[in-house]
Amino acid sequence: MVVVLTVLSAFSGGLLSGLRNATAARIEVQQLKFVKGPAIKKILQGVSNDPIADRFTLKDGDIERKFFVGKFDGKANTVVLESSGKGYGGDVGLMIGVNVENDTIVGAGVTTHSETPGLGATAKDNPAFVSQFKGLPIEETFEVTNDGGKVNAMSGATITSRAVCAAATQAGSIYKKLKPQLSEKLKEFNK
Amino acid sequence: MAKTLTQEFTKGLWEEIAPFRLVLGLCPVLGVTTTIENGIGMGLATTFVLVFSNILVASLRNIIPSKVRIACFIIIIATFVVVTELLMQAFTYTLFLKLGVFIPLIVVNCIVLGRAEAFASKNSLTFSIADGLGIGIGFTLSLAALGAVRELFGANNLTIWTTPTSVIGIQEVFGTNFEPFTFMVQAPGAFVCLGLMLCLMNLVGSK
Repeated sequence: MVVVLTVLSAFSGGLLSGLRNATAARIEVQQLKFVKGPAIKKILQGVSNDPIADRFTLKDGDIERKFFVGKFDGKANTVVLESSGKGYGGDVGLMIGVNVENDTIVGAGVTTHSETPGLGATAKDNPAFVSQFKGLPIEETFEVTNDGGKVNAMSGATITSRAVCAAATQAGSIYKKLKPQLSEKLKEFNK
Repeated sequence: MAKTLTQEFTKGLWEEIAPFRLVLGLCPVLGVTTTIENGIGMGLATTFVLVFSNILVASLRNIIPSKVRIACFIIIIATFVVVTELLMQAFTYTLFLKLGVFIPLIVVNCIVLGRAEAFASKNSLTFSIADGLGIGIGFTLSLAALGAVRELFGANNLTIWTTPTSVIGIQEVFGTNFEPFTFMVQAPGAFVCLGLMLCLMNLVGSK
């Protein structure tokens, strides 16, 4: 009895870990293409390279952060990074593009969320809300107007608006922390 | 009375067609059938798991001790469900996004465990494969049928498959002036639709 159970479990464990390793790279590409790709393209409108191909990772403590490089006028001066904030129905993922020359946001877009359709989900479907971030300095703390900040919340979706603000603030702190390594990496893309 | 191989296969298509005759596995039946495409995708995923779990259970049926058989069946089923999940993520990512949580939920689909316990653990390998295929294809067809009715009235479309570049199917079947019954693609519509189809099946079957 014990032997059969052990052998079965070992077999299934081995099979699954093997398959996971075999498909991991492909799954990542698919996720980039279908989930993050559209958001990145919208943020980096008019780039001369393929930001999904020109990506790199940096270590932030134990966590690996992904960065997508955008080239404008032949210079790699923009990166897109990802962060998340706690929303109404779970984590709200945010992609945010930053110009490294003057540390301002070039654009933002919500990627993954499980917010209420018609209310919180507007954050992804309607670009009006996230476009408020455009042109703001990245290293500031973002808050909705109700909390004393300057971001206008979406009506009926204050919690989601707060989540997006929190994600943007988190992106700012990641950016600040990794800025030195980030600039080093970008130099390689300029060669 | 011993049945032939063909009988074992065809029983899943009509006599014991899972959602309508056995009224089993209703969670995905109600949850994903908003379009034909979702129904077919879910049905094929379930068929895959069903066939492979039947194969393994049938070939191990003399080794598995009867005291822990359910545990063994669940290990086998869960393994194949995760295999399906990974393969779908790698190759049909958009469909995977649409079906979402219902793919991991195949583990607790009682059709799969039901076939393992009631059929594959008592029959030979070839019969078990025929049984798994039959029940699986029957399940796929039922899901597609339910999806077709719901999509037709709820969204005015009949989508059989979408590729990144094109859609195979008919869009706006009733013309652009038709106002879709959005009720049909919501959860209550699934119950009403399933009820009506069960009615129809019983009506036809009772004669």
